[in-house]
Amino acid sequence: MATQLVKGNTAAVIGALYAGCDCYFGYPITPASEILQEASKYFPQVGRKFVQAESEEAAINMVYGAASAGHRVMTASSGPGLSLKQEGISYLAGSELPCVIIDIMRAGPGLGNIGPEQSDYSQVVKGGGHGNYKNIVLAPNSVQEMCDMVITGFDLAFKYRNPVCILADGVLGQMVESIQFPEKAVQPVIDTTWAVNGTAATRENLVTSIFLDFDLLEQFNYKLQEKYATIKEHEVDYEDYMASDASIILVSYGISSRICRSAVDQARKEGIKVGLFRPRTLFPFPEKELRAIADSRECTFVSVEMSNGQMQEDVRLAIGCTRPVELVNRMGGNLITLDQIMGRLREISAREEY
Amino acid sequence: MAEKMAEKIIGRPDGLYAEFPRKGGAAPTATHYCPGCGHGIIHKLIGEALADLGIQDRTVMISPVGCAVFAYYYFDCGNLQVAHGRAPAVGTGVSRAEDNAVVIAYQGDGDLASIGLNETIQAANRGEKMAIFFVNNTVYGMTGGQMAPTTLIGEKTITCPEGRDPRFAGYPLHMCEILNNLKAPVFIERISISDISHIRKARKAIRKALEIQRDGKGYAFVEVLSTCPTNLRQDSEQSTRFVNEEMEKEFPLGNFRDLSAETQPLLRGESDFSRDSIDRLFNLETESSPDAVHDPTFKEVHVKAAGFGGQGVLSMGLTLAHSGCNAQRFVSWYPSYGPEQRGGTSNCSVVISGESIGSPVVHTPDVLVAMNRPSLEKFAGDVKEGGIILYDSTIGACDIPANVRGISVPAVKIAGETGSEKAANTVMLGVMLTLGVTGLSEDNFREAIAETFSGKQKLISLNLNVLEAAVAWAKKNI
Repeated sequence: MATQLVKGNTAAVIGALYAGCDCYFGYPITPASEILQEASKYFPQVGRKFVQAESEEAAINMVYGAASAGHRVMTASSGPGLSLKQEGISYLAGSELPCVIIDIMRAGPGLGNIGPEQSDYSQVVKGGGHGNYKNIVLAPNSVQEMCDMVITGFDLAFKYRNPVCILADGVLGQMVESIQFPEKAVQPVIDTTWAVNGTAATRENLVTSIFLDFDLLEQFNYKLQEKYATIKEHEVDYEDYMASDASIILVSYGISSRICRSAVDQARKEGIKVGLFRPRTLFPFPEKELRAIADSRECTFVSVEMSNGQMQEDVRLAIGCTRPVELVNRMGGNLITLDQIMGRLREISAREEY
Repeated sequence: MAEKMAEKIIGRPDGLYAEFPRKGGAAPTATHYCPGCGHGIIHKLIGEALADLGIQDRTVMISPVGCAVFAYYYFDCGNLQVAHGRAPAVGTGVSRAEDNAVVIAYQGDGDLASIGLNETIQAANRGEKMAIFFVNNTVYGMTGGQMAPTTLIGEKTITCPEGRDPRFAGYPLHMCEILNNLKAPVFIERISISDISHIRKARKAIRKALEIQRDGKGYAFVEVLSTCPTNLRQDSEQSTRFVNEEMEKEFPLGNFRDLSAETQPLLRGESDFSRDSIDRLFNLETESSPDAVHDPTFKEVHVKAAGFGGQGVLSMGLTLAHSGCNAQRFVSWYPSYGPEQRGGTSNCSVVISGESIGSPVVHTPDVLVAMNRPSLEKFAGDVKEGGIILYDSTIGACDIPANVRGISVPAVKIAGETGSEKAANTVMLGVMLTLGVTGLSEDNFREAIAETFSGKQKLISLNLNVLEAAVAWAKKNI
């Protein structure tokens, strides 16, 4: 097994190469630019296709083109760029096209700054563009997962013919850790049952998202909802770190969850029964699993995220508001600190007699 | 001959479906276009060329947003329907993915010259392998007759009810002329389908654009002056006259460019998916580190390095991370990032651990390396009790917090005397090594330096010399 020290953004490109992705289209934006740069370096060396697009919109529409042709295609951006891509993502979802989109979140709104934040949660997890659609959303919290989740992402994208977003943040994109390289390289095969790739086998096919007839469009919308229900049924993924007996459950994803992990260790040393519940899929959100915890005992949930509580709402919904769901957060490019979490944990622990 | 051609043009070409089930409704062979609309004629001309050139299997037709949104009802080939104005970007994606595909984007004036102008120009400028058929009828059709970028001066539409006034709405855009300023396009021509004699010329240009695609030679742009009797409130004679007498005056017909004879086919080659090829990209055989080993007895070390951009604090951090990796520790490195940081101060966090690492961001370092005064002042207060601050001697006298050990290191001086002042960062590594604060061995550091400066033998030996000099200094002075 081969191990190297690698930057998070580079790991995403490594994942793409082993996942059989052969088209990359993107536009520069800090802190996601290394994904574009690394793709421009590595893709052509193995005959894969790379274009630096003229805009985020053009990039996502190039993705639409290559995805229509049945190829494995990826793009990456950060907050403001993701906002621009939303039109295209809606069309991809509406045309049921598979692709992987990486969001290395930075601080907003507007131009904000290039520091890390997790404030694209709503626009990525809830759909983001127009229409009743969902992206499958994976949330890595290590450089290894930046690589591995791109591979999983392509599998899910093609399994469900749906866009997959990798929701990461500036820290995950910029940090360096060692990763174990994938041991398999995917040999992609074009699915000629739906793709349009300029061959006799696909001449009959049509990729579209337009349904002029209201009832037909409604029917299609229901079909999409059924697909999402299937995804919810089968693809939920999460990590439970000492949450099984905890009275305070930190719910956190991405880089914040790494800090939470340190907080759990620290709190346990102080005798506070804390656990971490880390969703690895944000859509589907691990609703049942959180609900089971809430139903099993008196406990307090704390959503730990670098946003104004965008995920906190989903935790509340998941547990049916049966337990308190607090928020520990930072915004503006600031990271949550261990001390900040510990302060809240001690406060809750002193207040609640679990 | 003329009669024969007219007859052929008016008949249904094989490039169009015999019936249009995708359209539905009671008239399976009728199009959805209005009487007198130019789209029908243009569809037939394209359909005829697709069949005659034998490229239907290879063709991917891109329907735009506009009246031709349903072009896929009619063309017997692979079909995509895409977002408003984005056809050239989508076409780029298809063409790059599939070298052999014949890509056609069929677009109206609002789609191509207004909302999609950027995509239009950029795809042309890249010389993408696609034929663009630009249907210019000076008006938005599908949305009900609004002003288009090509609306003539004085022409009335529902959003310029008094006629287009250039003082408020600018001038008609001349797409052929704009694109003709670019180097990459192979073929650019403006045609009209207003009457039989024009249709005959149009047929040739359309065929030529598709021959260029058949041969994979690059970008072809055909602007078609067309009619919209419905929205321009014209009868068929008026619409013909409008195109011939008013549109042609603003948009002169003719070939702007045909480089097809001297252009070679552009082939982009096959993708290589083999694992060996990817492994080689990353030199996995020669450049792999050992995996980290779980060791709860190892005390986690948090290091922060800070200085001006260019003082090598980021690469020092990386070398330290490499050293940890070589010692089979878990490591993480996290920089203050972005070119926006240039010229200012930069810093990085390094964590070395015997277990998988929680936060990679160091808020309270065990060791702070400060290469300049602002960094020292900014981070000194964060250092843990019992921690160490290494700072360059050039900073001079400074306040070190209580219960923290401050060490003034003549890093720039030692590095300068040993080879290059630029290696001052390596001096700090040597001091860290000697102090034993990282739990790493000299070999770990030496290997890491070789990795950091991979392939640059001169720099490797220089930095190894500096490391030795630093160790010698530290042993003597600390």
